[in-house]
Amino acid sequence: MMGKKIGMLTLALSAVSVSVHAANVEVIHWWTSGGEQKAVTVFADEYNKLGGDSWVDSAVALGENARALTMQRILGGDAPGAAQFNTSRQFEELIEEGLLLDLTPIAKKEGWLQFIRPTSVLDPCMKDGGIYCVPVNIHSNQWLWTNKKVFADAGLQEPTTWKEFLQVAPKLRAAGVIPLALGGQAWQERHLFDVVMIGTTDKAFWSQIWDKKDPEAASGDTMRGVFETFGALRQFIDQGSPGRNWNDATNMVITGKAATQVMGDWARGEFSAANLKADVDYGCIPGPSIKPYLTLAGDAFIFPKTDDADLENAQFKMASMMLSPQVQAKFNNAKGSLPVRDDVDMSLADACMKKGLKLLENTDATFAPANVYITADTNGQVDDLITTFWNEPDMSVDTALTIFAGIIDDAE
Amino acid sequence: MDERSNSSQSSQCITPTRSGRKLQLSAVLASVPMAIVALGIFVICVAYSVVLSFTKSKLFPNLNWVGLDQYDRLWGSARWLTSVENLMLYGVLFIILCLLSGFLMAVFLDQKVRFESGFRTLFLYPYAMSLVVTGLVWQWMMEPSLGIQNVVQKLGWESFQFAPLVDSDYAIYGVLIAAVWQSSGLVMALMLAGLRGVDGEIWKAARIDGIPTWKIYLFIVVPMLRPVVITSVVLLAVGVVRVYDLIVAQTGGGPGMATEMPAKFVIDHLTGRSNVGLGMAAATMMLLPVLVVIGPWIYREYVRPAKR
Repeated sequence: MMGKKIGMLTLALSAVSVSVHAANVEVIHWWTSGGEQKAVTVFADEYNKLGGDSWVDSAVALGENARALTMQRILGGDAPGAAQFNTSRQFEELIEEGLLLDLTPIAKKEGWLQFIRPTSVLDPCMKDGGIYCVPVNIHSNQWLWTNKKVFADAGLQEPTTWKEFLQVAPKLRAAGVIPLALGGQAWQERHLFDVVMIGTTDKAFWSQIWDKKDPEAASGDTMRGVFETFGALRQFIDQGSPGRNWNDATNMVITGKAATQVMGDWARGEFSAANLKADVDYGCIPGPSIKPYLTLAGDAFIFPKTDDADLENAQFKMASMMLSPQVQAKFNNAKGSLPVRDDVDMSLADACMKKGLKLLENTDATFAPANVYITADTNGQVDDLITTFWNEPDMSVDTALTIFAGIIDDAE
Repeated sequence: MDERSNSSQSSQCITPTRSGRKLQLSAVLASVPMAIVALGIFVICVAYSVVLSFTKSKLFPNLNWVGLDQYDRLWGSARWLTSVENLMLYGVLFIILCLLSGFLMAVFLDQKVRFESGFRTLFLYPYAMSLVVTGLVWQWMMEPSLGIQNVVQKLGWESFQFAPLVDSDYAIYGVLIAAVWQSSGLVMALMLAGLRGVDGEIWKAARIDGIPTWKIYLFIVVPMLRPVVITSVVLLAVGVVRVYDLIVAQTGGGPGMATEMPAKFVIDHLTGRSNVGLGMAAATMMLLPVLVVIGPWIYREYVRPAKR
């Protein structure tokens, strides 16, 4: 009896060791909405088509949760094969501690430095000449998505600045629609804050705060204006906002329950998944801002170091697949983002995407997001402040400014 | 005579001591793995965490000493203060409500009702569910435009309001409802076992004396259930201190900071925010009340030999 069991066990073990040749690469990412899932399926399918190795999907809702899980697993010695991050300082310590696979061999072979544009999306990946992540797309955050029919029915013009928005919003509410669809999660409130900040100030002020970390500017009158405009938006959301996911908020605009939503260009994936036409059924306004700016943010994949040679080969293969021109075109069309290389076929770009591409050509109109300059710790402190300020109307602008200046002063 | 009695006494004394020593040896051998685990995990790791709380560790632990800086920042942070307040409010209400509802359910089942096993499964079922699922289910039910509020309003009671999670002042009670719903089944099971252990003779005696049933429960049975209550409180208290997944699934700590908890503060700072030093300072603060309050209490209840 016992001998039989041991025999079975040996058999099972030998079967496992035979199949090790083809590696299963577990990929942790946070692409869980309908449009996002279509995009990640492109990656998975293309990878599986290469044969041999296979893509094992580990989707975790919400970026912060997915990143936390990845960190825990890498530190705990049970690293996934690949994991999504934002192109930012989120993973710099992982690079410094030598926990990530150096992709330089394959990057040299394929000439990544030549074709990846703009070069700023590759900067967070580079450390001492090595390349430790693969940027897969460029996302711009500063968009106001509108339901054209709602505006037409109410006989109103779509706003292009925050001042206009504050004039139009009461009329929208009088017409029985929710003026602003907002998902009340801390990151979305912060996103709205950032969009208001760049939309009511300019690029120089942005860098004064986040890059130069100037506490005087952080408590000055310009910043006061940002907090006031941001606070004024509270009255235009609906009661069900807290805890709502961003794609559910997008759906409110799609169905006409709400007139507008501030969200990054990834929201376009939801509109097209609902078979709506850009600039016909739904509008996309860069900003809102007198002079539109767009951030050059995006997603990047990291590959934790492993001592399994088969897995390492599979990781290199995946990195190369993600940057191939054909996959870049397919993936970014589904995702609603822009490819990181300009030699891909983007003939399918819709009206909103064209607006974005045009803005991106002008380097004056592009800027780096805050988390490129500040650590995850500082960024988290700002998140905490913004979500408290947004949800507690009792908190005065003065208090918020004092706390904000303190955070900027302490920032590294 | 005296000598002999002495020697016989001493030999009598020696024999049990010898067998006692043998027993002790095997007992020591048996508990070595446990002792290693306890020393390794509970003492060394906890001490290491406390040490890290005095350093400037970011994502990775290091030993750059900064003294009490992390504690300064911790107690100056509005988020931590809110977390502590929430934990105390939630902890007290959670334990009281679970004990109450668990006891009432157990008493109900103890009345020799029909389909008792069916009810028992029904009451215990929520406990089989993970806190993540519990959180999500209750999040949907408390959603103003889809959940209970919407259903009742559509039935005609238009002014009905039940959406605690979207209001900073009530969100913590929304979490509390889900937590009590999940855990009172466990208390019910423990209490029911306790009730079944009460000697039938006591019931007969009390009935003959003409004491009403509720009085028997309150003044005779409840005092007899003391060990069960203590076990329940310990189990529930452990659940309170580590409450994390329920918060993440149900509210994500929001709206604003309204449902933040210390455990979430620690995890957030260890991972997403890459600030191990601050996270460990918070973890040390979570350990303190355990050492100061719960430690002596458990010692009194379990470790110290009972006075006879």
